[in-house]
Amino acid sequence: MAINKESNGYIILFSTVLVLVTAVVLVTIFGATNPAFKVNQELEKKQNILQAVKIDVDRTAAAAEFEKSVQKAFAINPEGKVMTNDFDEVFKIDLAKELRKKDVSTQMFPVYEIVKDGKTYFVVGMRGKGLWDAIWGYVSIEGDYNTIFGAVFDHKSETPGLGAEIKEKWFQAQFDGKKISDPQGQFVSVSVIKKGTAPVSDYNVDGVSGGTLTSNGLHDMLHMFLGAFAKYGETVKVPEPVKIEPVVADSLATDSLQVSAQQDSLITNENTNR
Amino acid sequence: MSTATETVKKEPSEALFSKKRLKLITDPLNDSNPVTVQVLGICSALAITVQLKPSVIMFVGVFFVVVMGNLVVSLLRNVIPNRVRIIAQLVIVAGLVSIVDMTLKAVQYDISKQLSVFVGLIITNCIVMGRLEAFAMGNKPWPSILDGVGNAVGYGVILVIVAFFRELFGSGKLYGFQVIPQSFYEMGYVNNGFMMMPPMALVIVGIIIWVQRARNQKLIEAQE
Repeated sequence: MAINKESNGYIILFSTVLVLVTAVVLVTIFGATNPAFKVNQELEKKQNILQAVKIDVDRTAAAAEFEKSVQKAFAINPEGKVMTNDFDEVFKIDLAKELRKKDVSTQMFPVYEIVKDGKTYFVVGMRGKGLWDAIWGYVSIEGDYNTIFGAVFDHKSETPGLGAEIKEKWFQAQFDGKKISDPQGQFVSVSVIKKGTAPVSDYNVDGVSGGTLTSNGLHDMLHMFLGAFAKYGETVKVPEPVKIEPVVADSLATDSLQVSAQQDSLITNENTNR
Repeated sequence: MSTATETVKKEPSEALFSKKRLKLITDPLNDSNPVTVQVLGICSALAITVQLKPSVIMFVGVFFVVVMGNLVVSLLRNVIPNRVRIIAQLVIVAGLVSIVDMTLKAVQYDISKQLSVFVGLIITNCIVMGRLEAFAMGNKPWPSILDGVGNAVGYGVILVIVAFFRELFGSGKLYGFQVIPQSFYEMGYVNNGFMMMPPMALVIVGIIIWVQRARNQKLIEAQE
């Protein structure tokens, strides 16, 4: 052969051509497969939102079921103020982008309103930081703006068997029936704590053994998004005083108990963080 | 790991599936199986064999990458400069793996989620680079394809055997279907949780190697 295969010029030429050809091929295939991937992702999102209210559907059936069950959607900022009521706009919200916004009051957190068996549920979309990468989830709250009905979490790359357990059913089932506010209407959130460090209450769940950092990320995420939702709940709950009054009267007796339980969980939280 | 370049002698009118060429496919199934004899690609064999389905998909992915990689490298073997051959092979393999990844995401989204990082890890599967370096760099395209097929199948067979036992005893299912009847569970049968753990795959691979050595005299001699 006339060309010297081992010369620097040839090597540079060869490498350039090889990389360019590979890049062109990959870009073409990316263009061809990406629309289908986007559709899959969207379907999964719908499926997850439905799962939060315990409607289990196949990914293929998710779109139709979502259409049927999800009535309304709105977005709130961290202060609980409604930012938009436009369904499509809410569905398109990219929480990763929202959380990067410098002006916190303009952040938009999506909330979906789902009617199932005649009852209304609110599904709060959330996103936070795990140990390695993003974690996200959907928590459904009953019409009393307080009781958690179901929760779904997922993650990008938490450690399998440890942090990744947050996407397992056993972990998510713990959230059923938990409360986000105390009987006085004060926001408490649901804490993710180390097993056995605090008495089981309506306001805590066991974290994942060996997945403390993921659990902490989840804990912070719940605080942030459930907090925003609780504030929103306060603004709309007012017209139903009948429901609130007996609860307040009832809880006066257990007032001190509640507070100490709350403090307990706060203390143990610090412990697990350390 | 064998790094010596195996060569097939030039025979212009050799049949497509001559004995010698067929041997390229059959050898890796037994005598030179990439997993049990050369002990390559073990990491993925441990990681994704909890169930049959991801194992089969992983096999399909590796099959595509090894065969196509072997073909492309073999076609380019005369233009790849010797000094940058490894990195050139890597670019080709990485490109092929990206293609597999993107296709899975579009067509088999659930499985792509299940395989997650392991698709990307096909790149580091020693079998792929091993075949490119040891065979495709020195052989014509057709024998290279056959070699790729043989090695991928040799890898896939082990993967499927391991996954078969792990899924059967670990979760009582095969390919996602319940095969151990409910009445067994009611009588006190429990799934073996240890089967779900990666170490058990190592034990099963060990047993396969043991059985294979006991049956194949050639391998025993090779050891002594």
